[in-house]
Amino acid sequence: MDIKEDLRERATVVETQRPWSRFAVDADGWRRSILAAAQGSATMVGLWSDGGAIYMALAEEPASELVVVSLACPDAHFPSVALSHAPAQRLERAIADLYGLVPDESPDTRPWLDHGRWGLSHPLGQHQAVAGEGAPYAFRAAEGAPLHQIPVGPVHAGIIEPGHFRFAANGETIVRLEARLGYVHKGIEALMAGAPLAEACHLAARVSGDSTVAYATAFARAVEAALGISVPERAHWLRAIMAELERLANHFGDIGAICNDASFSLMHAHCGALRERVLRCSGSLFGHRLMMDMVVPGGLARDLDHDGERHLTALLADIRLHFPPLVRLYDSTATLQDRTVTTGIVKAELVRQYGAGGFVGRASGRAFDARRSPGYAPYLALDLDIPVRHEGDVDARVRVRMDEVDQSLSIIEQCLGRLTREPVRTDLAPGRLAAESREGIALVEGFRGDILVWVRIASDGTVACCHLRDPSWFQWPLLEAAIEGNIVADFPLCNKSFNCSYAGHDL
Amino acid sequence: MLAELATRLAAVGRRKLGRSLSIREVDAGSCNGCELEIHALNNVYYDVERFGLRFVASPRHADVLMVTGPVTHNMRQALERTYHATPDPKWVVAVGDCGFNGGVFAGSYACVGGVSAVLPVDLHIRGCPPTPIALLQGLIALVESCSEGR
Repeated sequence: MDIKEDLRERATVVETQRPWSRFAVDADGWRRSILAAAQGSATMVGLWSDGGAIYMALAEEPASELVVVSLACPDAHFPSVALSHAPAQRLERAIADLYGLVPDESPDTRPWLDHGRWGLSHPLGQHQAVAGEGAPYAFRAAEGAPLHQIPVGPVHAGIIEPGHFRFAANGETIVRLEARLGYVHKGIEALMAGAPLAEACHLAARVSGDSTVAYATAFARAVEAALGISVPERAHWLRAIMAELERLANHFGDIGAICNDASFSLMHAHCGALRERVLRCSGSLFGHRLMMDMVVPGGLARDLDHDGERHLTALLADIRLHFPPLVRLYDSTATLQDRTVTTGIVKAELVRQYGAGGFVGRASGRAFDARRSPGYAPYLALDLDIPVRHEGDVDARVRVRMDEVDQSLSIIEQCLGRLTREPVRTDLAPGRLAAESREGIALVEGFRGDILVWVRIASDGTVACCHLRDPSWFQWPLLEAAIEGNIVADFPLCNKSFNCSYAGHDL
Repeated sequence: MLAELATRLAAVGRRKLGRSLSIREVDAGSCNGCELEIHALNNVYYDVERFGLRFVASPRHADVLMVTGPVTHNMRQALERTYHATPDPKWVVAVGDCGFNGGVFAGSYACVGGVSAVLPVDLHIRGCPPTPIALLQGLIALVESCSEGR
């Protein structure tokens, strides 16, 4: 790995981070890392802080590992990444809001998560009490005689999460969209700090409810890496089964919802039924329809019984019977495709620059999937195709997800065939804790894309610091690009085809 | 279970509401888990619209505000405005453990707390998230208890 070789010569390896190395760099090393991301020789997959330093995770695709670089910020300043690499903008603004670290020469100094309503500034840094009445937000101007603005949200018309969209439109055509997020910011990183592992795991499982298995797995894997714990093989197979059930449920729900936004409610009804059957099966197998709190550091909180395997096999057969006709229905409905084809196109170059994961990236030619690269157990031992399309429109995003349904079914089947008989949990005995603090990092593929979790565990076994980066951070900005030149009426359709997380992004 | 609830709701709904109760859902800080299960009420298995329970797009059309999440400071004003935009008589249902008391997010600098810290709550439906069946049971309880006006 080029960056790693370069860093070995110039930077200090921090030994406490597992499984991938962290390099403590100086300002020059920091700028070289920014350059690597900006020039495209590496993809920036995360940017975060613990208050004392700033961290950047990079991947050289296809990546077998991530590289983390960190820069100490004793004077609370750091060279802005966003100045040369736009995907860092909102992450940098969030760091400035939460920690009070200043990105020098940042191109956008507006607050992001901080709406001026917390009653304090820099809650995770040197905080001070401030007025909490809210601050006005300066949206980017789009001016000219024919333009008008359409403000939408934060409370939306459907049963969805809150966020604000500001459209500048010329008649029906959208000239600019700017999103304002942060409405559901709950202060999760602050709640994590000092929390015992079990409590922190509950929080991780509630970062984004639709990805609870993926988040809990990412958190558990980071903790297990930090503490050097190996998980029983059976737990790996079962985690994958749960993760794929979660993916299926979300894909069914969203494929139906996208079609519904194009006024084709028949698909919505059928897909909704499939989703419900997946949730009911998950509920009967694991005692929770969304499988919340099943994945824990060390393994699983609950095992699957013999009956469970039978139910799963029946579910797979049920889906294989009922889903293909729905794909054919989608294929043969011209009025539906009239809405989805060529709508909301994301260019391949943008997807690459932003390192956009999930179906957003894969529908625009970026064949990245964390299950394969860097890869983790048990996926490296499984047959898995990564469906990729190049059109980048709503239709491509739908079709990638349809293809992923087939892959998930195959993965569950493969896992069922290899289930070993053994316990599903390794005890996190206190003896495993080291005298010094340890760091762990993990990249896990949720239904929406790759979730990054970085955790530092204190010597007393509590979480000292934890950062959870939702895939949406690198997808939300692309929605703004995708919608340009489309009509206002197609926004719900485009938005649903992205289905970015508000909760996961706002933390 | 579902059939039994459906019969009860159909009877009481017709008597008390003339077959119509409009619900406006507001996510005031949820992780989205509650929204997923509220959504499920509209799927073909539960199909609550057959009882006259409708999710509407505007608070102006609503009888019930169904609120999720620990109320975040960043959502508080939007929630209050939504409440004031809802015509009387109205009822507030707080959904989920977070809506009850802030759940795992209680005590955060960014959260106000449960829904009752901001609005008068008529009914809590607990759970993380509550299942569609639990949501249905809660709605039946609400319909049964809300006699002529308030």
